[in-house]
Amino acid sequence: MNLANLLNNYEEAVAMILFGIGFSNLLLQKNLIKKIIGLNIMDTAMYLFLALKGYVEGRKAPIVTDGIQSVEAYINPIPSGLVLTGIVVSVSVTALMLSLTIRLYRRYHTLDLDKITTQLKKEGL
Amino acid sequence: MEFVQNFPFISIVLSLFSGPLCSILSGKKAKWVNIAVITIIGLMSAAVLIFVISTGESYVYTMGHFPAPWGNEIRAGALEGFMAVFFCVVMLLCMIGGEREREIEIEEGKQNLYYVMVNLLLCSLLALIYTNDIFTAYVFVEINTISACGLIMIRQNGRTIEAATRYMIMSLLGSGLLLLGICFLYDITGQLLMSNIKEQVQILHMTKEYHIPLMVSLALMSVGLAIKSALFPFHAWLPDAYGYSTLSSAAILSSLVSKGYIFLLVKIFYRVIGFSTVRDSKVINVLFVFGIIGMIMGSVSAIKENNIRRMIAYSSVAQIGYIYMGFGLGTTAGVIASIYHIVSHTATKSLLFVAASGVTDASGESTNFFDLTGAGYRNKLAGVAFTVGSLSMVGFPMFSGFTSKLLFGQAAVESLHKMLPTLIALAISTILNAVYFMKTVIRIYTPEKKGVTEKKNFRVITMKDQPSKSVALICFIILNVILGMGSKPIVSLFETGLRMFA
Repeated sequence: MNLANLLNNYEEAVAMILFGIGFSNLLLQKNLIKKIIGLNIMDTAMYLFLALKGYVEGRKAPIVTDGIQSVEAYINPIPSGLVLTGIVVSVSVTALMLSLTIRLYRRYHTLDLDKITTQLKKEGL
Repeated sequence: MEFVQNFPFISIVLSLFSGPLCSILSGKKAKWVNIAVITIIGLMSAAVLIFVISTGESYVYTMGHFPAPWGNEIRAGALEGFMAVFFCVVMLLCMIGGEREREIEIEEGKQNLYYVMVNLLLCSLLALIYTNDIFTAYVFVEINTISACGLIMIRQNGRTIEAATRYMIMSLLGSGLLLLGICFLYDITGQLLMSNIKEQVQILHMTKEYHIPLMVSLALMSVGLAIKSALFPFHAWLPDAYGYSTLSSAAILSSLVSKGYIFLLVKIFYRVIGFSTVRDSKVINVLFVFGIIGMIMGSVSAIKENNIRRMIAYSSVAQIGYIYMGFGLGTTAGVIASIYHIVSHTATKSLLFVAASGVTDASGESTNFFDLTGAGYRNKLAGVAFTVGSLSMVGFPMFSGFTSKLLFGQAAVESLHKMLPTLIALAISTILNAVYFMKTVIRIYTPEKKGVTEKKNFRVITMKDQPSKSVALICFIILNVILGMGSKPIVSLFETGLRMFA
């Protein structure tokens, strides 16, 4: 029964697996760029999950073009709104992380966070 | 509707727009704008607090013209009002106390950018305090993280950039989990406003439907916010971030930023999930265990540390542990003790950072423990302030730390199974606190041998040399004593506030 549930909701399962991949990349990778890629995979998995939750089979995007105003014709617009907000947050955070990475690279000529920490200890600041 | 009821909204918008305004002003003007904004918001929050206490109930403020399930809402009660006032006071004192360091350590053309960050930070803190919408809370959590990162890296050296990167990575992991938890909750309840979610969650809790997703979502949100507020195993970024950033940043980060997240967690417990559901879950036991480990491990790391700034930073880890231990007790008394500890730690930790910088100024800018010998005689006020802060942290009567430990003890006695571990951990942690804080106090009051003073670039600092820092220190000491002596009305205010949460 549990397996059948999983197969019926395989999209959500995919979203969660992607979230796990992104999360572990952000946590475990040493290379800063790979970490940022992990962050983006994680966030995108969230958007996939949210978009799935708002989707109703056979309905259209909630933009009134042909005069149909019935609620039954459209999918739930709130998750789409949340996804848009999430994208804005994710873009700004990614930009900040990339700028930090550039700073660190210019100073230490490496992208490996652990190597940077060792160099800092040598500097003895 | 009374005019006062607009103040929470106005204060959020005021701090939000004063941020961009500071970016086009010069450093000096931006500083005055910042101080004025914090003061005005503090006064407005005080008006809100008085209004809420006089009416005796919280109120909901609808944003825009959309009614409850669709529109966004702000909610103000006694606890929210108090926190807003208190955060403004502490932030103002941190900004005044670190004025001289900011002028030295931040590049000339970038002074105004610092105030952009501080204003945005204040805005996000206020929004976290007041908002009634859980997705808005997530967005402002991110704004809080970004501006805190800016505060760390505004002082440009390798250490701070590395610390900021580590801080961002940990915070992003935390906010990823928080967002996932919020999505699950939206998925099973179909609501985003806190009060509406709570209605649905109570139905779900009764019917036991979707029990596992509900618990998973609670766990994800708790762990996410615990990571962001540096609960014990997630504290690796903390000593560098607090130890090497400029003084006001360190004081604000340690006292305010992490507390904003913890306050959001209190709101999630009481206003979103409902405290009885939280109590029945196993999540609080996890928080309890990590809180207790944090209380001890944080203090042990602090004892091993020779840099005074990093020592105070490690002490934060221990104090955050106390707060989560209070949540873990699972009683309202425990949560009140935790909230009191939030307030007490906020006042004391910022005092300690400012005082420590006063002590190191008198010791040739060295933060090394052994260079501080006799610093209490060279900078008398900072020495006294550091002693007050240390005594408060250790839990000496008259100061705020004592009351919070007393409240934790009383709350622990009410809890059957968790009484013994809590009391033992409190005792051990108090002793460890005493070891490293009293060690430092004794060190700064040990007279230095003659002849060494000139060699090490020591100098005597009087109150006239550093007027702004002295004012901040005196205010911090008064604040600490007020919190310690007048704890009764404050605790009853928290009780009313928590009742308004329900």
